[in-house]
Amino acid sequence: MNFNMAVPEFLIERKKERCIDCKVCITQCANECHSFDIDEGRVVSDETACVNCQRCVVFCPTRALSVVNNPQQYKNNANWTAFDINTIYKQAATGGILLTGMGTDRNYPIYWDHLLLNASQVTNPSIDPLREPMELKTFLGRKPEKLVVKDGKLAEKLPPQLELEVPIMFSAMSFGSISLNAHKSLARAAEEVGTFYNTGEGGLHRDLYGYGNNTIVQVASGRFGVHQEYLNAGKAIEIKIGQGAKPGIGGHLPGEKVGLEVSLTRMIPQGSDAISPAPHHDIYSIEDLRQLIFSLKEATNYEKPVSVKIAAVHNVAAIASGIARAGADIIAIDGFKGGTGATPLRTRDSVGIPVELALAAVDSRLREEGIRNQVSLVVGGTVRNSSDIVKAIALGADAVYIATSALLALGCHLCQKCYTGKCNWGIATQNPNLIKRLNPDIGAKRAANLLKAWAHEIKELLGGMGINALESLRGNRLMLRGIGLSQKELEILGVVHAGE
Amino acid sequence: MKKVYAKEEVCVGCRLCEVHCIVAHSEYPNDIIKAFKKGNRPVARVLVEENKPVSFALQCRHCEDAPCTKSCITGAMQRNSETGIVYNQEERCVGCWTCILACPFGAIRRDESGKKAASKCDLCSSNDEVPACVANCPNEALSFEER
Repeated sequence: MNFNMAVPEFLIERKKERCIDCKVCITQCANECHSFDIDEGRVVSDETACVNCQRCVVFCPTRALSVVNNPQQYKNNANWTAFDINTIYKQAATGGILLTGMGTDRNYPIYWDHLLLNASQVTNPSIDPLREPMELKTFLGRKPEKLVVKDGKLAEKLPPQLELEVPIMFSAMSFGSISLNAHKSLARAAEEVGTFYNTGEGGLHRDLYGYGNNTIVQVASGRFGVHQEYLNAGKAIEIKIGQGAKPGIGGHLPGEKVGLEVSLTRMIPQGSDAISPAPHHDIYSIEDLRQLIFSLKEATNYEKPVSVKIAAVHNVAAIASGIARAGADIIAIDGFKGGTGATPLRTRDSVGIPVELALAAVDSRLREEGIRNQVSLVVGGTVRNSSDIVKAIALGADAVYIATSALLALGCHLCQKCYTGKCNWGIATQNPNLIKRLNPDIGAKRAANLLKAWAHEIKELLGGMGINALESLRGNRLMLRGIGLSQKELEILGVVHAGE
Repeated sequence: MKKVYAKEEVCVGCRLCEVHCIVAHSEYPNDIIKAFKKGNRPVARVLVEENKPVSFALQCRHCEDAPCTKSCITGAMQRNSETGIVYNQEERCVGCWTCILACPFGAIRRDESGKKAASKCDLCSSNDEVPACVANCPNEALSFEER
């Protein structure tokens, strides 16, 4: 039965006086919303399958198209929004779990926007980054308890460190969930700017081994594509325990996205679903985690820092303390707004906690326990701009992970339909017709541009505070003031209210 | 000489090159809507060849030893010895289509929108800039370069 009780979410408006029937929209819509009506001799649209990805809108040479929210509404009801009603219609029709992509779009507080930065006035000079050197260089990894200097040199060898020119890395997105061209774009951008991209849990395509110096390889519960060469291919290894968009469950790559290249890279049969177990079946405790961390260090000759990525959840501070004690060099915390290629809607929208609170709690806890130097903290999950990054650093982060922002730079329009494999922007797809749409030359340039632009802005903000090295801002919460926050929130964030 | 080259691996098959070629060779080169809705709309001189997932934009290769110029019965089809551009003098073209028969690339098309004449890429030689198809390709799948 084709009958659908839900009202279409969007309307495609075609301005007749502008449309030249060039059919560009038809060629670009993977959902086949546009077609040429031979009888009428013109291009027509049907919004039933429209996901509002805006590919046609952007490509239309005469700007004849717009996609708008459907003004046809269900009867107004403060309790039952169109979103609630539509999800029930969908589940009543399918009997299935609701899937979605990217991070949650629900209206949760954004703590970054409740934090304000300081600036120097009179009593201490601000610094002009265009005239004076500014340092953003960041080292991630375990730092020794103390430095012993002998003859002007370090007496003991430092544990392995990741050296970043900017405190921003591209977060884990697997080959499979995103296209090879997307991976290439991020790898090249990371190389150009001097930072790292993360392979995600799907292994490393053979074409990308050349970017090893800018790669973090991930080991997740599915262990896809993990082998000796892979572990040694990057500069660091990340154990993925969880991610913000779906804490408590593993990754899920539908078989439709497992073509020849993904199959070879992941070491699984073509067309088979790649379902990562919810837990690592060899990790049921901190002690087990320690075993895996040291297995990986052993396999790579103790030359690479090992990161452990977790979703921000209720007991994140205690968990992070355990991870540090288990021997991790880096802890990556993914906030509940973090994105993904596919996640159950209810998990995405209601599991986990905001990364700002998690970061503050973890940093405070590790300091209290005197083990903050043993790990670097990397946070992700809606880092939207350079000021979010500066605030994260001031709250205690060593660096940030960005993924949604990176994909936006590549052209993503946040339609949240990554799980369908029909990404019209050529990013979250393996369809040979669609992957061509992301030109890695353009993608690499745009992703690198974003990092460079943010680096400039971070320097501006630092200079305004009178700080000339990012290192001096790390964990410096005196540079932050809260606004519109409760006493409890201020307490957790470890900042005082604006005016104090 | 600089020619237009296609990067098949990133051509998205949108055919915006065709749209902008039509506009550039129309009576309204600065107005897409008028170019399509008013007067005689010329045919596109670039053609997207497509057999999914393969697609690329094809246009005249401006051969040094162009068969079309040799086959032309009126001498309308010529090669500019200085620029290397192969072009068709429409006022001399009689529309016999022999050039279409001779072209090994299938890059010449019949244009019957105005005077019946062979239509082919002139590298937008009326102005000095990057050809319209290259300038407007959204995915940099066309380049204008010396090779």
